[in-house]
Amino acid sequence: MNGTRVRPPLILMVPAMAGLAFLVLPLAGLLVRAPWSTLGTRLAEPHVLEALRLSLVTATLATGLCLLLGVPLAWTLARVPFRGVRLVRALVTVPLVLPPVVGGVALLLVLGRRGLVGGRLDAAFGITLPFTTAGVVLAEAFVAMPFLVISVEGALRAADHRYEEAAATLGAGRWTVFLRVTLPLVAPGIAAGSVLCWARALGEFGATITFAGSFPGRTQTMPLAVYLALETDPQAAIVLSLILLAVAVLVLAALRGRWTGTS
Amino acid sequence: MRGLDARVAVRRGTFALDLPLAVAPGEVVALLGPNGAGKSTALRALAGLVPTAGGHLVLDGTDLAPLPPERRRVGMVFQDYLLFPHLSALDNVAFGPRCQGMRRRAARRLAAEWLDRVGLAGHGAARPRELSGGQAQRVALARALAAAPGLLLLDEPLAALDARTRLDVRAALRRHLAGFAGAALLVTHDPLDAMVLADRLVVVEDGRLVQEGVPADVARRPRTDYVARLVGLNLYRGRARRGKDGAGTVAIADGGSLDTVDSPEGEVFLAFSPASVGLYRTRPDGSPRNIWRTRVDAVERHGDRVRVRLSGPPFAAVAEVTPAAVAELDLSEGRPIWAAVKATETHVYPA
Amino acid sequence: MSAVTGMATGGKSAAAARPDRARAGRARAGAARRAAAVMAAVAVTGCAATGDAGTDGETLTVFAAASLTEPFTALGREFEAARPGVRVRFGFGGSSTLARQITEGAPADVFAAASPATMAQVTRAGDAAGTPRTFARNRLVIAVPKDDPGRVRDVRDLARPGLKVVLCAAPVPCGAAAEKALGAAGVSVAPVSREQDVKAVLAKVRMGEADAGLVYRSDVKAAASQVAGIEFAASARAVNDYPIVRTANAPEAALADGFLGLVLSARGRDVLARAGFEVP
Repeated sequence: MNGTRVRPPLILMVPAMAGLAFLVLPLAGLLVRAPWSTLGTRLAEPHVLEALRLSLVTATLATGLCLLLGVPLAWTLARVPFRGVRLVRALVTVPLVLPPVVGGVALLLVLGRRGLVGGRLDAAFGITLPFTTAGVVLAEAFVAMPFLVISVEGALRAADHRYEEAAATLGAGRWTVFLRVTLPLVAPGIAAGSVLCWARALGEFGATITFAGSFPGRTQTMPLAVYLALETDPQAAIVLSLILLAVAVLVLAALRGRWTGTS
Repeated sequence: MRGLDARVAVRRGTFALDLPLAVAPGEVVALLGPNGAGKSTALRALAGLVPTAGGHLVLDGTDLAPLPPERRRVGMVFQDYLLFPHLSALDNVAFGPRCQGMRRRAARRLAAEWLDRVGLAGHGAARPRELSGGQAQRVALARALAAAPGLLLLDEPLAALDARTRLDVRAALRRHLAGFAGAALLVTHDPLDAMVLADRLVVVEDGRLVQEGVPADVARRPRTDYVARLVGLNLYRGRARRGKDGAGTVAIADGGSLDTVDSPEGEVFLAFSPASVGLYRTRPDGSPRNIWRTRVDAVERHGDRVRVRLSGPPFAAVAEVTPAAVAELDLSEGRPIWAAVKATETHVYPA
Repeated sequence: MSAVTGMATGGKSAAAARPDRARAGRARAGAARRAAAVMAAVAVTGCAATGDAGTDGETLTVFAAASLTEPFTALGREFEAARPGVRVRFGFGGSSTLARQITEGAPADVFAAASPATMAQVTRAGDAAGTPRTFARNRLVIAVPKDDPGRVRDVRDLARPGLKVVLCAAPVPCGAAAEKALGAAGVSVAPVSREQDVKAVLAKVRMGEADAGLVYRSDVKAAASQVAGIEFAASARAVNDYPIVRTANAPEAALADGFLGLVLSARGRDVLARAGFEVP
């Protein structure tokens, strides 16, 4: 009888363990089936490096774009009281729940060569976005921006806005307050949001293949390369997947203090 | 006109603040009042952090009303200081000068001077969370002063400090305020802070000015129950009538009457100290004094003194006695008792 | 032979779960089989009694190349009409995707691929019952949006700089065929995208994002309202053979053979031809 005091009930532990296995086993499978002996040479293959480079570059550019547009948007949602703020917040989160392929189609309808905006861009400047690296960046930013906005808005709401008042009484104009007080105060939230945003952009598949197509070195990012490699060279697909897994683990490690820590 | 000349009017739902305020350069005015009286709101309105509804705000001849906070030259020390957590103490102090366009190095030099002046010369590199409460308060003061405001607002500057630190910080704050050339307005609900720091007190209740004057005067002649409690006096309002020998009698509005010496006629306030009230188990006799039978309502210990609250009829009062007297008189709630105050201990002034 | 291999590793298909169909079941104790047979009989008579054709569970699963979507859907409907109580389910997709799914144990009865190479993935893994038979051929055409913004007249136009051409990725049959055909035409094309399957190429052309794409003639036929097809001679050098086979572990082997028969019949050839395929 003694020692049973803290034993968790079996009815919870069994599904808990099953759930854990369900999440972990596929990743373990990836590790087990990986062609470890040829890993080095496979990683060094030009098309792998090309896809990796493209993924890193586009995910970073997409994150930059999200920061540029998302932080002001988050600030507006958090600090500017206006009618319909809840509606706008809901709209911002739509790409989170939207299947990315649908996002890709929507992007085509707006920014495609015959899209509402894209058509004009093409006519006026000769700029077309589909099939370009810029298109990849847009597709990734579209699906990843909600992560940044939600994260930064949360940080802004949690931050004491009286610091901004204090800055104003010291003679700081609004822009100075934003740059020198608000941004540093929510810097941890922005950092966490950026990492999430970057990771989401890195893993983007559906919107990218729909909007930007797939061409090595230009629009074929890692996930697209994984999908194509699966058709011909499953081992290569595993290698590419391993890289993405490693990046995911790194992201988790970077966020550990923020999401699981008590600080 | 130099200094602050204002009528601060703020509306918020059913609450309305309408407070005339004038503070001369170099003068320190304390805004005193119970919670919710509108003291902090008045400060925030002066700083431009809440919108005003009418009234006027003029500082050193400039109309502040149309100006945003950053252009008012109104410095503020917040109750919890609000030092920027991401900046060092030095950069916190240098923030104001930087915002006014001073170059980084000059601003830091000025900030270092200010930190030195508030006795924190060695703490420039410290982050706010590494500072003690007293140090943070001094950094906050230095930060506000370094921006060279024409009006300095202090919102409960000592409230967040423990009793011992408070004493030191209060003395230091008094020194710095004395050296400040502009107008200073501080909000507090601690009468001692107000008396020590301020040249003049302004008492606000429910958004209105109820009493104003130099600390000694306010302390001696409270005009509301709140002020009377604050300065620790029994206060009654009544109608005075002069007697045959120059002495007078005040008929208290709530009932009963008290004899006084040297009384004016008409509507008056009558005040006496709790320490001047004597308590007896049997009816005392002797020198001319007011004697009334009453009942003990509560017995509270305050340091080495005991406060005995007496309930009416004829009127409520507070007496202050020694613990020995409590034991001797066997004071407990509900006990009937005789109370006495000498006519010479009462103080009467026109209402 | 391949069937035996399939049974030895039978756990990866649905065969083991259907003792009334799986030949492997013979080796097992009879009691369970008899019970299952009785239950199947009850189910059949029950159905007959109520006249409900939807629940008796005879479902044929056909995995077919995306380009076969239209003719196979039509043939499937005819097959169902001819056999009350039978349902045909299709999995359309890129041939190599489907081939991989089959070798990984997806419960398909019939596999129709867009190229012998992708079919070989299945036969090599021992997942095909018998030898695949070629039932159709498809040749590539140039698909352009109806309004033809790139003014494509001929295969040589595809090499024009600035023209947005979309091809299938090299590993999928339509991609391999495209490279072959373009090579034969002596045209070097710099595509803006290499899509995962032929329907994705068609979609890009349909939406007007691409000026031209190489797709199968049957695809153009299926999307005739939005897309125009331009034939070119060199495509004859890259004709795709479409092989079809019953899978080794087909849960519905008899139905599978029946469907194969329909596809190879005169009626089947007719439907395929009308869809733009060449039939042998």
